[in-house]
Amino acid sequence: MKARIKFRKYGCMKFIGHLDVMRFFQKAMRRADIPIAFTGGFSPHMIMSFANPLGVGVTSDGEYFDIELVEEIDMKAAVERMNQVMVEGIDVVNMVPISDDKKQTGMSIVAAADYLSTVKYNGFPEGWQDKAKDFMNQPEIHIVKKTKKSEKEVDIKPMIYKFEVRGDSVYMQVATGSVENLKPELVMQALGQFLGLDNESLSFAHHRLEVYANVGSDEEKQFVSLDQVS
Amino acid sequence: MRKLALSDEILMKVDKPARYIGNEVNSVMKNKDEVDIRFAFVFPDVYEIGMSHLGIQILYDMLNRREDIWCERVYSPWTDLDKIMREEQIPLFALESQDPIKDFDFIGITIQYEMCYTNILQVLDLAQVPLFAKDRTEEHPIVIGGGPCTYNPEPLADFFDIFYIGEGETVYFELMDRYKEWKASGKTKKEFLEMAAGIPGLYVPAFYDVTYHEDGTIASFEPNNEHAKKVIEKQMVLDMTNTYYPEKPVVPFIKATQDRVVLEIQRGCIRGCRFCQAGMLYRPTREKDVEVLKDYAYKMLKSTGHEEISLSSLSSSDYSELEELVTFLIEEFKDKAINISLPSLRIDAFSLDVMSKVQDIRKSSLTFAPEAGSQRLRNVINKGLTEEMILEGAGQAFEGGWTRVKLYFMLGLPTETEEDMKAIAHLADKIARRYYEIPKDQRNGKCQIVASSSFFIPKPFTPFQWATMLNKEDYIERAKIVNHEMKAQLNHKSLKYNWHEADITVLEGVFARGDRNTGKVLLEAYRLGALYDSWGEHFNNEIWMQAFENTGVDIAFYNLRQRDLEEILPWDFINIGVSKKFLQREWQNALDEKVTPNCRAKCAGCGAAIYGGGVCIEGKN
Repeated sequence: MKARIKFRKYGCMKFIGHLDVMRFFQKAMRRADIPIAFTGGFSPHMIMSFANPLGVGVTSDGEYFDIELVEEIDMKAAVERMNQVMVEGIDVVNMVPISDDKKQTGMSIVAAADYLSTVKYNGFPEGWQDKAKDFMNQPEIHIVKKTKKSEKEVDIKPMIYKFEVRGDSVYMQVATGSVENLKPELVMQALGQFLGLDNESLSFAHHRLEVYANVGSDEEKQFVSLDQVS
Repeated sequence: MRKLALSDEILMKVDKPARYIGNEVNSVMKNKDEVDIRFAFVFPDVYEIGMSHLGIQILYDMLNRREDIWCERVYSPWTDLDKIMREEQIPLFALESQDPIKDFDFIGITIQYEMCYTNILQVLDLAQVPLFAKDRTEEHPIVIGGGPCTYNPEPLADFFDIFYIGEGETVYFELMDRYKEWKASGKTKKEFLEMAAGIPGLYVPAFYDVTYHEDGTIASFEPNNEHAKKVIEKQMVLDMTNTYYPEKPVVPFIKATQDRVVLEIQRGCIRGCRFCQAGMLYRPTREKDVEVLKDYAYKMLKSTGHEEISLSSLSSSDYSELEELVTFLIEEFKDKAINISLPSLRIDAFSLDVMSKVQDIRKSSLTFAPEAGSQRLRNVINKGLTEEMILEGAGQAFEGGWTRVKLYFMLGLPTETEEDMKAIAHLADKIARRYYEIPKDQRNGKCQIVASSSFFIPKPFTPFQWATMLNKEDYIERAKIVNHEMKAQLNHKSLKYNWHEADITVLEGVFARGDRNTGKVLLEAYRLGALYDSWGEHFNNEIWMQAFENTGVDIAFYNLRQRDLEEILPWDFINIGVSKKFLQREWQNALDEKVTPNCRAKCAGCGAAIYGGGVCIEGKN
C-alpha cells in the first residue's frame, strides 16, 4: 500500500537542500521502523518520491512525500514514531493512505502552492501595502526569467492565482509543478519592480504554506491540498 | 530555537551551509549554564572529512557522557566562509551551541595528517586565539592536540599547550578533573600546565628545552620544569571490549566521506610492515569481543538509520572472529537492505565468497597492496604477501567472475633498485596473463589491472625512521620508469598506472620527521596563504618553497640526510612500548632482506608486551 507523509521544515533546516532532506528521511524511516518497500537488485532503494522540491532558504508548513509500505500500519502511531526521531526544524504533520494508482503520485499531481513572502530589513517603503493592491490590476506582469541556458521575458500573471497583502507580508497562490512552475522570488521581484525599487538590494523570506493538486479541469481549476486527495 | 552564529545572508552565500549549522541527529545539546567544562573538539579539515572520523565520534560520546562536560564539534570553515569570517571578524564557533570557541575551556585538536597543519593555524586564527602558546593567557582556552601526528609533535610544539600522547579513552577524564580543581583554585595557567604534565601521557612542550649541534642535529632535549617527565609514556586502552564506543554516532545531513556505521573490530596490527607507523604505534594488537560488536551493529544501525555498515581495523583478515562477525552481519542485515562494506580483506576463498554475497561482482574490484613489485623488496619492507598468493587470489577471483584488480605500491622504498621498480609492471602483467589463461568463452571480456603508486615517507617509530628520502625530480623519474615498463608489457592494453604528485610527499617528509625549527616554515607558509594543503585545488607548492626560503629551513636536512643510529631524534622522548633497539634491529633486518614473522606466529620482542595486553598475552591467560 501507499501512503503520503506531510511535514514541516523550519528554522535552520531551511539550509538543508532537497537531496539531503531526502537522505534525511531515508534514514529516518529506518530509525522509526517504518516498513517501507524497496526496489530489487544489488543496490535496493526505498520506494519514496517527493512532491515538489523546496528551494534552499525556504521554510514550509506543507511538504509531502509518498512511500510504499510492505504491510498495513497504524499511521497515527507511525507519525509518533517518526516524530521521535526527527530533528529540530522538521516535524511530521500527518500520514494518509493514498491510491495505488501511479498517476496519483505526489510529483505528477502538484499544480499549485501557497506562499507567504516577507521583505527583510524593512526593504519596502512605508505604506507599500496600498500600492501593492494594484499589483494584480496590471494587464500583464513581465519579468526576466533566467534559466541555465537563456534569459527570457515572460508574463507571470496567468500563473499567479491569488495575491493579497497580509500585514507586512504577501500571500500568494502560484502555479507549481512539472507543467507550470512559478517561484515566489519572481513574484516578489516583480512586486519590487512595480514599487519602483532596486531589486538587488532587496532580500526576502519565503514560507510555503501548502501544496495542492488540481482535481478540477485545466479550464476550471479546483485545488485540494495533497493530504486531502483521495 | 538556537540562534545561528552566521546570518541567513552568509549561509545562503556559502557552499553547503549544512557544514555550519549543527543540529544533526544524535548531536548533543546541553545547557551551557549547567556544565563546568566546555570542550571544543576540532578536526582541522572540512566538515565532510571531519565527520567521517571515528576517533572524534568516540571521544565526543565519551566526554558528553559526563554531565559536567559539554563537548562540541568544530571543523575548518571552507575557503569561502574563511574569507567572510576574516572580513567580518566573525569568531569561529562550535556547531552545537554556535558559541565562539575562544570562550571555551579547551580547544582539542585531532592531528591526523601533516597536510592539515596549516588548517590548525587557521582554526586558532579564526577563533581569535593567539597562535603561539606563549601568547595565550588564563583568559584563553587550553589548546590540546592528539592523534597519530602527535607521536612527533615537535613541528607544532610552539602552538599547543599540551599534547596527548596515546589513545583518547584513557586520561581525558583525569585531565578534566584536574582542570576543575585548578579553575576553582584561581591559580596561574603555568600551575595548571604543571599539574597536567604530571598526568601520564601528557606532554607540555613549553617545559622542555632543545639544544642543537652545529650541524643542526639535536644535542639535548631536557625538561626545564621539575613537573615535566623525562619520558612520555604512550597511553592505551587494554580492554577494547569494555571501553567507550558510541551507540549513537552523529549523522550528518550532507553526505560525508564515511556515510555509514563504522564498527571498530580491533586496534593495532600483528603484521609488522616496516614502513607502517600505525602498525608500530598501536601495538599490541587488541581485539573486541564479537558478541559486543554484534550488539553495537544493531544499536548503531537503529540509532542512525544508516543503510551501510563497515568494519574498521588495520588488517581485518587478522581478526580472529571475522568469519563469525561477517556471516552474522550478512544474515542479519542483508534482507533489510543494509549494505555491508568490507575493508580490504586478504583475498582468499572466504573473502571471495563473502564479497560475492555483498557486492555486485561486475562492478566491484579486488584490491591487493603488495606495496613493492619484487619479492626482494617486499622482504625488505616485511610485507608478507608473495607473488604466489596474489596470483592464486586473483586466479580464484577471475574464475569467480571478477575482472578488475587494483594494486597499491610505494616507490622510493629503502634499497629500491630499477629492477624493483620494473617488477611492478611485471607483476601487473602476470596478473593479466593469469586472467587470459581462462578460456575465452568462460571469461567476461577484458580484464583491467590498475596499479597506483605513492611515494614512501619514513615515519617516526618505524624501522625506517632513519631512512633517507629523495628529491621531487627523482620520485617522478622512478614513476616514469614504472610507466615506461608498463607500456612494454604483453598485456599493456589491460594495464593502467597512476602515480601521485611528489610535491606533497616532500613536505610530508619534512613535517613527519621535523623538529621544532620546522614550525617556523609552517607559520610562514600559513601567513603566505597556504591552507587546505591536502586538497589538490588549494595546494600551492610555490608558497611552501617561498616559506622554506624565507625561514632558512633546509629541506635536504630533513629528507635527504643520512641519520645516524645514535642521533637524538625529535620524538625520542616518547615511549610507545616498542623499543628503539627493536626498531634498529628491524632496520638491519630490512637491509639484510630478512623477514620477521607476525606477532601471532612468533613474538619478535618489540617491547610492547610491557603493556601486558592484546596479542602479547593471547593464550596465556
